[in-house]
Amino acid sequence: MSESTTAAVTADTARRGGGELPSALRIGWARAVVETKMFFREKDSAIFIFAFPIIMLIIFGTIFSGQFEGTGVTVSQVYVAGLLGAGVMTAFQSLAIGIAVDREDGTLKRLAGTPLPRSSYFIGKAAQVLLSSAIQAVLLLAIGFAFYDLPVPADAGRWMTFAWVALLGINGSALLGVAASSLPRSGRSAAAVVTMPFVVLQFISGVYIPISTLPEWLVRIASFFPLKWMCQGFRSVFLGDAGLSLEVAKSYELDRVALVLGAWVLGGLVLCLTTFRWKSRRDG
Amino acid sequence: MVPRRPYTDDDRSMTQTAVKVRGLAKRYGDVRAVGGIDLDIRQGEVFAILGPNGAGKSTTVEILEGYRTRDAGEVSVLGTDPGRPTRAWRARLGIVLQTANDAAELTVRETVRHFATYYPDPRDPDEVIARVGLEEKAGSRIRQLSGGQRRRVDVALGIIGRPELIFLDEPTTGFDPEARRRFWELIDSLAHDGTTILLTTHYLDEAEALADRVAVIARGRIAAEGEPATLGGRAAAKATVAWAEDGVRRTVKTDEPTRTVAELSRRFDGEIPELTVTRPTLEDIYLDLVQGATHE
Ligand SMILES: Nc1ncnc2c1ncn2[C@@H]1O[C@H](COP(=O)(O)OP(=O)(O)OP(=O)(O)O)[C@@H](O)[C@H]1O
Ligand SMILES: [Mg+2]
Repeated sequence: MSESTTAAVTADTARRGGGELPSALRIGWARAVVETKMFFREKDSAIFIFAFPIIMLIIFGTIFSGQFEGTGVTVSQVYVAGLLGAGVMTAFQSLAIGIAVDREDGTLKRLAGTPLPRSSYFIGKAAQVLLSSAIQAVLLLAIGFAFYDLPVPADAGRWMTFAWVALLGINGSALLGVAASSLPRSGRSAAAVVTMPFVVLQFISGVYIPISTLPEWLVRIASFFPLKWMCQGFRSVFLGDAGLSLEVAKSYELDRVALVLGAWVLGGLVLCLTTFRWKSRRDG
Repeated sequence: MVPRRPYTDDDRSMTQTAVKVRGLAKRYGDVRAVGGIDLDIRQGEVFAILGPNGAGKSTTVEILEGYRTRDAGEVSVLGTDPGRPTRAWRARLGIVLQTANDAAELTVRETVRHFATYYPDPRDPDEVIARVGLEEKAGSRIRQLSGGQRRRVDVALGIIGRPELIFLDEPTTGFDPEARRRFWELIDSLAHDGTTILLTTHYLDEAEALADRVAVIARGRIAAEGEPATLGGRAAAKATVAWAEDGVRRTVKTDEPTRTVAELSRRFDGEIPELTVTRPTLEDIYLDLVQGATHE
C-alpha cells in the first residue's frame, strides 16, 4: 500500500472516538428516504399498488352504474369510499410482505448488526407506507370527484372525521402488518400468505359488495377487523345522511369506528412488541 | 504492503484484550456446533479462524457479534457481553456477514452513504468505496453487481463506521485474484491503523498473508492455535530433501537439510539433479489437523 494511503489512515485514527450517536429520528428520516427510493424503484410493484384500486373503481363503476333506490347515492360513490379503506389497509399488506422479505434477504440481520435504533427502522417503514397510502387516497379522491360525482364534503367536521379515520386506520393496519410479517415461513411465501386473507377481508368488509347485502355472520366476522370500520367511516364522510339507509345499523356508528380502530392500534402495538423477530427462522 | 510491527511481550501486557472467550458452547438440537472454545484476541491483532465446512466458525463469530445466543461460556467483546448489546457498543464494531442479498435497488454510493448516517464518526463514503475498489461501480444499482463486487459492498459497509473491531466471515469468497490482493492491502492498512480484525477463511494463503495468529476449528473445537509460521509444529517439522538419482526420485526427511544437501553436493560433485528442499505448507499442517480431529 502506498505512503499516501498510510498517511490518510493515520489521520483517520486521530479522529476516532469523538462524536455522539445520531438520534433515532435522524436515522429514521434517512431510512424513510431509502425505503421510499427502493419502493418507487421496484417500478412494477409500485405501479400495481397505485393502479389496482383505480382499475377496480373503473371496472365496478362501469358494471354497476346505477343508484341505490331511493337514496340518490350511486354505486361508484360507495366504491370510492370502500376502496379508500382498502387503500389505507394496503399499509398492512406492504408491511407484512416487505418486512418478511427484509427478514429473508438479510436486511434485518445487517441492520441489527449496526447501531441503528430499532425504532428508526419502523419510522422508515411507517413513512414509506404513509406516503404510498396518501398517494393512493389522493388519486382515488381526485378520480372520484372528477368522474364519479363524489360530492366534495363542504364542512370541516367531515374532513376532521376523514383525518382521524385515516390516521387511526393506517396506524392500526401498519401495526397489524408488522405483526403479520412474522407469520410467513419465508419471504418468498409472504405475498401468497398475506394477500389471500387480505382479499377475503376486503370482500366481507364491504369494499366490493355493499355491506348490507352480506349475511349477518360474515359481517360479524368482518367487525373484528379494522377494514369494515374504516370503510364505514369513509362512507360517513362522502355519502353523508343520504347513505344512512345502506348501513346495517342504519347509522355510521362513528363512536364504534373510533373504538375499534383505537383498539387495533393498541392491540397491534402489543402484537408487534411480543411477536416481532429480527431473525429469520434459519438463524440460531 | 507496509510492514507491521510484530507484537512483543511488552505489548501483550500493556494492550487490552479485544475479544475474550472461555468455554463457549452452542448446540442446535442434537448438533453440537461449538463445543468449548477459548479465544484471546488482543487489540490491534489480525486473527484468522480456519476450519472445514460446518466446523462452527460462523456460529462462533455470530455469537461474538451478538446475533446468536450461547448455551455456555463467558464472552467479552470490547469489554461488553455480546448477549447484552448496546448501540454505543455496536458503533465500535464492523460486521461482514457470510451471506446477504439486501438493498438491491439502491446504488453502491447511496447504500454506503446511508449506512454512514448510523455512526457517530463514520469514514468518508467515497473514500471507503475507493478503498474496496468500487469507484467505477459507485453509481450502479447493487442488483446489477457481480458476486465479487457485491461482496466488496459488504466489506465497505463493514468499515464505514470506523470500527475498532471488524468481524469478517469469509470476506473474499468470490473475489478475483486482484481483488483479493487489494482486500489484503485494505486489511493490512486497517490493521496498521490499530483496528482489531477477526476473519474466517478457507484460503490458507490468505490466513498466512494476513493473520498474526490463526486458530483451526474442527467439529466445534480448537484443533490448533498459533502463528501461521509455527502452527501445529510447522517450524519444527522435518524438511524433505528430494533429488533424482539413477532415474529414480529419492527423498529424505531430515532435521538438518543443509547437511544433507552438502553431502549430496559432495557425492554428485556439483549440481544435484532435480534438487528440492521443502517444509510442510500451512495447507499440509491444516489438512493433518482437520483429519486428526475428524477421526478422533
Ligand atoms: N441455525 C441453525 N440451525 C441448526 N443448525 C445449524 C444452524 N446454524 C448452523 N448449524 C449447524 O452448526 C454447525 C456449524 O455451522 P457453522 O455455520 O457455524 O459452520 P461454519 O464453520 O461457518 O461452516 P462454513 O465453512 O460452511 O461456513 C453445522 O453442522 C451446521 O449445520
Ligand atoms: Mg460459515
